[in-house]
Amino acid sequence: VEEVLAVAEEQEAEKRRSVTVEKELELEFDLGNLLALDRNPPPAAGLRGAGPRREALLRALARDNTQLLVARLWELPAERAGGAGGPLVAQLPEPAFRLPREKPPPRPRPPTRWEQFARLKGIRRRKRTSLVWDEQAKEWRRRWGYRRAGGDPARAWLAEVPAGADPEEDQFARLRREKRERVARNELNRLRNLARAHRAATAVPAAPLHPTGHQSREELSHVARVARVSTASLGRFQPRLPKESAEPPSRSGGRKRRFEPLLGNLSAERSRQLELLRDMGSKKPVLDITRAVNKQLRQEEAEAAAAKGKKQSQRGKRGRRQQRAGR
Amino acid sequence: MRPLTEAETRAVFEKLGRYIGENIQLLVDRPDGTYCFRLHRDRVFYLSEKLLKAAASIPRAGLVSLGTCFGKFTKTQKFRLSVTALDFLAPYAKYKVWVKPGSEQSFLYGNHVLKSGLGRITENTAQYQGVVVYSMADVPLGFGVAAKSTQECRKVDPMAIVVFHQADIGEYVRSEDTLT
Repeated sequence: VEEVLAVAEEQEAEKRRSVTVEKELELEFDLGNLLALDRNPPPAAGLRGAGPRREALLRALARDNTQLLVARLWELPAERAGGAGGPLVAQLPEPAFRLPREKPPPRPRPPTRWEQFARLKGIRRRKRTSLVWDEQAKEWRRRWGYRRAGGDPARAWLAEVPAGADPEEDQFARLRREKRERVARNELNRLRNLARAHRAATAVPAAPLHPTGHQSREELSHVARVARVSTASLGRFQPRLPKESAEPPSRSGGRKRRFEPLLGNLSAERSRQLELLRDMGSKKPVLDITRAVNKQLRQEEAEAAAAKGKKQSQRGKRGRRQQRAGR
Repeated sequence: MRPLTEAETRAVFEKLGRYIGENIQLLVDRPDGTYCFRLHRDRVFYLSEKLLKAAASIPRAGLVSLGTCFGKFTKTQKFRLSVTALDFLAPYAKYKVWVKPGSEQSFLYGNHVLKSGLGRITENTAQYQGVVVYSMADVPLGFGVAAKSTQECRKVDPMAIVVFHQADIGEYVRSEDTLT
């Protein structure tokens, strides 16, 4: 029995020891973020090199710090959520530690067309008053919105026919139509600016077109293609490089191929083919290689015949003597 | 079925031009009707406008052949002339080769023409020039490529090849299944 008691006591002591943690410097707590900062220098010798000992040391360190944090959390004012039987909920204070950004900050959007123009011309934004004096109602009314100055529909009971306009035209309809067009144009421009900004944001940085010495094969072929198209006729009359393919780049840019209609204008097709034949025929060089070869052969034949004749005439004492002397 | 693109037309005309030269004009521009080239499943067909209009109403999957098949485009887009074009090459051929009766059979079996089987050859044939092969009775047997120019043909030994075989009418029997 005493042994059992002693073992139980030892276990109790262990538990108490495990709950109390000794630290040189106090930890800094930010309970709003559940953060505990330990400024104690770590045991340098133990952390050098990987291995189970390092793991054990780190694990002990983590356990101790967590113990301290949880002890602090238990000190917070807590209450039972959802009545008597619910879980114990602690009220965390406001977080004090400023966490860094999760995502990168948004890059500045490109200026819209108006902004570019305004910058060019030096137009600066003038601050407008929010209230406008309405002469008819003799009071300050807001510039736009509910009960705005001059926006009462009953007021627009008259629409004059302007000087050069058609007298039959409905002026009210014209005003409404013009307003609709203005709104539509505005919306279109807004969407365009948005699209431009979005395109600029997701644009892939283009590969440099000047030679850098570090370009891959694909980059160089792209550069060659760009160079071909950078002529006044957009590369239509550029001679092909020796190893370039003969097919000109498609106008749809690699998307669906488009063909002539099956039963299109047959006479036009015929004339196109005849023109193509004419082009092909004109560029064919005269076959002077064969002519040169034939000429050479004929010459050789003639020489062979002449040599044979000479040999026959030289046959005789003199010929043989000359031959031996020549050797 | 669709018309040929410019590059394809160029390839076809170049190939045809090797055999008939500038007489392709007579194929393109015919006095007796409008004839055209159409591509169907990589094969080039030559047909009249009337036939084209009739063929246009046949579904693509069911269409096998139309007009005359001149040849086909290979996987790498090279044009290969087939024997079925012989009827149009023979009348307009620029360079002709006549083969002796003894070696006609050999040519029709797919062998090259040797000097011993050569009957006549057009003057001024260049080396590697496209030629149409005839029998001595002026029956077109097929076409090929001259291995030697006319001048060289005179001097070469009898067992040398003078015309490389490319297509012959014996293929109608030999490759009956694969010919369109």
